[in-house]
Amino acid sequence: MAAPIIEVKSLSKSYGVVQVLKEVSLAIGKGEVVVVIGASGSGKSTFIRCINGLETFQGGSILVDGYALTPEGRGRRSNVADLKEIRREVGMVFQQFNLFPHKTVLENVTLAPIQVRKWDRKKAETAARSLLERVGLRDQMHKFPGQLSGGQQQRVAIARSLAMEPRVILFDEPTSALDPEMVGEVLEVMRGLARDGMTMIVVTHEMGFAREVADRVVYIDHGRILEQGPPAAIFDAPQEERTRAFLSRVLKH
Amino acid sequence: MTFGGMAIALVLGLCLALGRISTRLWLRAPVAVFVELIRGSPLLLQLFYIYYVLPAFGLKLTPIMAGLLGLGINYGAYLSEVFRGGIAAVSHGQREAAESLGMSAGQTMRFIILPQAWRIVIPPTGNYFVSLFKDTALVSTISIAELMFQGQLIASDTFRYMRIYSIVFVIYVVISIPASMGVRWLERHFNRPLAR
Repeated sequence: MAAPIIEVKSLSKSYGVVQVLKEVSLAIGKGEVVVVIGASGSGKSTFIRCINGLETFQGGSILVDGYALTPEGRGRRSNVADLKEIRREVGMVFQQFNLFPHKTVLENVTLAPIQVRKWDRKKAETAARSLLERVGLRDQMHKFPGQLSGGQQQRVAIARSLAMEPRVILFDEPTSALDPEMVGEVLEVMRGLARDGMTMIVVTHEMGFAREVADRVVYIDHGRILEQGPPAAIFDAPQEERTRAFLSRVLKH
Repeated sequence: MTFGGMAIALVLGLCLALGRISTRLWLRAPVAVFVELIRGSPLLLQLFYIYYVLPAFGLKLTPIMAGLLGLGINYGAYLSEVFRGGIAAVSHGQREAAESLGMSAGQTMRFIILPQAWRIVIPPTGNYFVSLFKDTALVSTISIAELMFQGQLIASDTFRYMRIYSIVFVIYVVISIPASMGVRWLERHFNRPLAR
């Protein structure tokens, strides 16, 4: 594996008395595609939301390209400066797209580069056009998100995330809110990203995608990484009984 | 008068709303107390307080100033709750998306949350605007020559109560019906990009 760009060490998180992540450790190499699978409520979404600081945590540490996130202190984040850097370097794509409904497709993509990276409008729009071209939506750029299909919206969300030129993109169940016929177009864009060498952590229930695109599959069960390895090993010869049980449930249909 | 009071109320309401959702307790707590004090006492009392009591502390205001300030503060407190609700009604995912793009809390509020909250609060804000217009009559009690006050004067002078108050009524309606029509127009205007 190449030098890790993300290093998660002994990450623990609780909501009140319920512990959702228990000492999770994971190192991710540059350009690696890691697919995280597991049952609903296993903690897999919470895990990737910790990586860009959308969730705080109580134990362990997260290192992204040398910037550190540390456990929350007395109701305060300890590392505001590092969090800011991490959010510039780590993009995120959400299950519900979360496009900005009051802005056009083009504005959705240019807003953060203009405001956060201080690009001038022209530069941001040129970059946005080519990104929208890449996700196949250049002709839709003056529409509002509400006028697009779910699959189109999610592709815009991917372009919006790419506009910040992140080094890593987190995908939080990117196809779970889509009608079945739109899943393919989003996965196709993600496949393209993986081919271009983007480092990706993908939480998904699309086992076909995991088998085909992932360098590594991580199975999370009750807040712990129970098993991980190349897709072939996980899908064809899982070592753990619980992994087998989970896979037989999701692969049955 | 109505517009001046509303301008103060809008600005104050937004400041109070932002203060009340602040994560800093030293800011949030006094703002909450202030808003509840204002909402829990009658406007007339507040107007009298500003006009007759504040001079004792060296702040002497003209009747118009006192009226503007009183209406502005009173409606600001009510509007702050409307705004707070509007801000809370913008989905949490919007804030997360903005944050994950590296936007600061201020940028998120300015570019993402407030523009969406604004559309949500237009109808209730418009209603407050109309009722503020009606409340300007209260201000006459601190000696502004307001419509009601003038009407009262003329009526008690001439004893033509029915005619005078009917005229006052008509003047009010003539002004407030177009005002509420204007509010409805504003609603439609600002809802356009979302409705498509």
